[in-house]
Amino acid sequence: MGFFGKLKESLTKTRKNFVEKVEAIVTGRKIIDESLYEELEETLIQADVGIDTALELVENLRAEVKKRKIGNPEELPAVLKELIQQALGEETGGIETGAEQPFVIMVVGVNGVGKTTTIGKLANFYKEQGKSVIMGAADTFRAAAIDQLEIWADRVGVQVIKHTEGSDPAAVAFDSLHAAKARKADVLIIDTAGRLHTKSNLMDELKKVRRVIGRELPGAPHEILLVVDATTGQNAISQAKLFKEAVDVTGLALTKLDGTAKGGVVVAVRQSLGIPIKMIGVGEGIDDLRPFNAKEFVDALFAKSDKTEVQAV
Amino acid sequence: MVFSGLAERLQETFKKLRGKGRLTEEDVDQALKEVRRALIGADVNFLVVKDFIAKVKERAIGSDVLQSLTPAQQVVKIVHDELAELMGGTNSKIELAPSPPTVIMMVGLHGAGKTTTTAKLANLLRRQGRRPMLVAADIYRPAAIKQLQVLGGQLNMPVFSMGDSVAPPDIARAAVDKAKRDGNDLVIIDTAGRLHIDEELMAELRRIVDTVHPDEILLVVDSMTGQDAVNVAKTFNEMLSLTGVILTKLDGDTRGGAALSVKAVTGCPIKFIGMGEKLDALEQFHPERMADRILGMGDVLTLIEKAQANFDAEQVEKLNKRIRSMEFTLDDFVQQIHQVKKMGPLDQILGMIPGLGNLKKLKNLEFDEKELVFVEAIINSMTPWERQNPQEINGSRRKRIARGSGTSVQDVNRLLKQFEQTRKMMRQVMDMEKNMKKGKLGKNPFGFGKKGSPF
Repeated sequence: MGFFGKLKESLTKTRKNFVEKVEAIVTGRKIIDESLYEELEETLIQADVGIDTALELVENLRAEVKKRKIGNPEELPAVLKELIQQALGEETGGIETGAEQPFVIMVVGVNGVGKTTTIGKLANFYKEQGKSVIMGAADTFRAAAIDQLEIWADRVGVQVIKHTEGSDPAAVAFDSLHAAKARKADVLIIDTAGRLHTKSNLMDELKKVRRVIGRELPGAPHEILLVVDATTGQNAISQAKLFKEAVDVTGLALTKLDGTAKGGVVVAVRQSLGIPIKMIGVGEGIDDLRPFNAKEFVDALFAKSDKTEVQAV
Repeated sequence: MVFSGLAERLQETFKKLRGKGRLTEEDVDQALKEVRRALIGADVNFLVVKDFIAKVKERAIGSDVLQSLTPAQQVVKIVHDELAELMGGTNSKIELAPSPPTVIMMVGLHGAGKTTTTAKLANLLRRQGRRPMLVAADIYRPAAIKQLQVLGGQLNMPVFSMGDSVAPPDIARAAVDKAKRDGNDLVIIDTAGRLHIDEELMAELRRIVDTVHPDEILLVVDSMTGQDAVNVAKTFNEMLSLTGVILTKLDGDTRGGAALSVKAVTGCPIKFIGMGEKLDALEQFHPERMADRILGMGDVLTLIEKAQANFDAEQVEKLNKRIRSMEFTLDDFVQQIHQVKKMGPLDQILGMIPGLGNLKKLKNLEFDEKELVFVEAIINSMTPWERQNPQEINGSRRKRIARGSGTSVQDVNRLLKQFEQTRKMMRQVMDMEKNMKKGKLGKNPFGFGKKGSPF
């Protein structure tokens, strides 16, 4: 199945779910009342949008209802979706590699969000566009991280610049950059070790990597991509904030969206920090990373996950 | 600081409550609304929160809270108790098989930290006298086997692997056989991470269970997980009947609401928590302490334990005596710095001290450990007499000290001022202690704790 086939398939399910959910909420209701708002708010909270953002969105919804004189409950979800799309910003996703050569993408994030996998998919994405790609293995901390990146490079058919485990990541970045320049690569993607955003020494290390890249090629890195796991809750806001402070993140990649996780926290991240979402990972296949599309994403936010019964223990 | 956000919000709420003498039912409702907000903000699952709030309310309104003289404290206590109860009892024991080897299976989503936790757990259990063998049964993720081998190498522990073309259940069976032959009494199987909707991989996990019948099936959960944590835990539990949970990445600033969610859904005990990147950073889970932290009561027990592990008891006693008799000098100050430094990162420690966790000022205050080096240098540049009599240090002495320590006179001035403040504060604490019958922090050996001053 091709990329669009897959996309369509997952979205069919999403749409179906969404329609069902909407129906469940509005069916049999004649008027727009408090409990209807509350249910919409709960849907948002369960998608990890966060309580403040959820409240704000519903508040805006009330205002819109008043303004547009909406009386039919069935119109509400569409308006709410509109509001969320607004919150997500107008720009379309994706990372356009510009005139710069090499176009340098630095990938950062906390542990276990899928940085290396994202890089593999991203490399594939550009390779298929006929661009030459080089990867820099600057995750020198985690056991076997370099091997993992190399396996991806083999699959995609691109080169990896690496040192040994435990070496200085900034030095790897330095070498990668010079290799990319010498080999006239179109795109250089640099992997970094996962780190908790609260560890200031590790964040300093990241700053150094960025500094070295910028020194060797003015204007680079052209994209600093923060990878966020879609299962992450409100902590993603803190992650985005501190990574932005440290290295001035330019975009988000949302991974693991193929579970029941909704990744709604990116709405809050977009709103509070203004970091746009650029790519989303929707599956485990090598082709399953694609440019972010706000409309599809909002559809998925409203998809109903199975009602989880929680019993008191 | 773990949970500090939630703690702040709850404290804010209860501060409002404390202002009043007696509470009405509406007051309780108002407070619980804030609690609900805070819990959801901490990523506790929405449905778990609903349940929790209902329980607390029932207890709060049903009991004599409203008639009590200190209703706010009563509500705090109820919330605290319920939180602790929701997170379960202390149970960090691994069930040992009647005939070795004991088989532990690690499961979880992608990137939760299974492989690292596998190595950490093996390391911990080896310290308890077991002879663990690690099993690389994640044949899907690129270099997962290599990762476990590297970690096993760091720990000098056998790692069993059959490459990535043998089915995981067969690997597991062969590993257990090998462990029997080699005399390893503990087998820890690292399995592939998965998306819990992936039925094929779930079925494979099931087959591993049916093949080797693990004594423990531990779910590894990223503590930063949001609302989805309940779905994850529920699916794994239904498929595999979990025996316990390990929470990872709690050394970040996550509020860790997933802990509550997972416990509520699975009913399984949270056995361990991952607190750092190093292979010895796996700790016991203490629900009471976690609840304390959530409520901003500070993690006094952990602090005391850390202090006990690192403090020389005799020195502490001496220091206490000196504090009590107001003989605290710069010499003691340096000693104190040494002791505190031994306990670990300063900001972590401060987060555990009751009342400090929620200081807004502290949040923005960077604790530069290097500054302590300067402080030490300054004090070391003083003569013994000066250290005993800091008030006698005049201008020319200050100049000399600054030169000797490579700092400026301003630095010396600041230190002396801070020291004076610390002394003053100690005096206040002593007075407070006299008034209290038995203060929780009666033996607090720390000089710092004053707003805005790291010393």
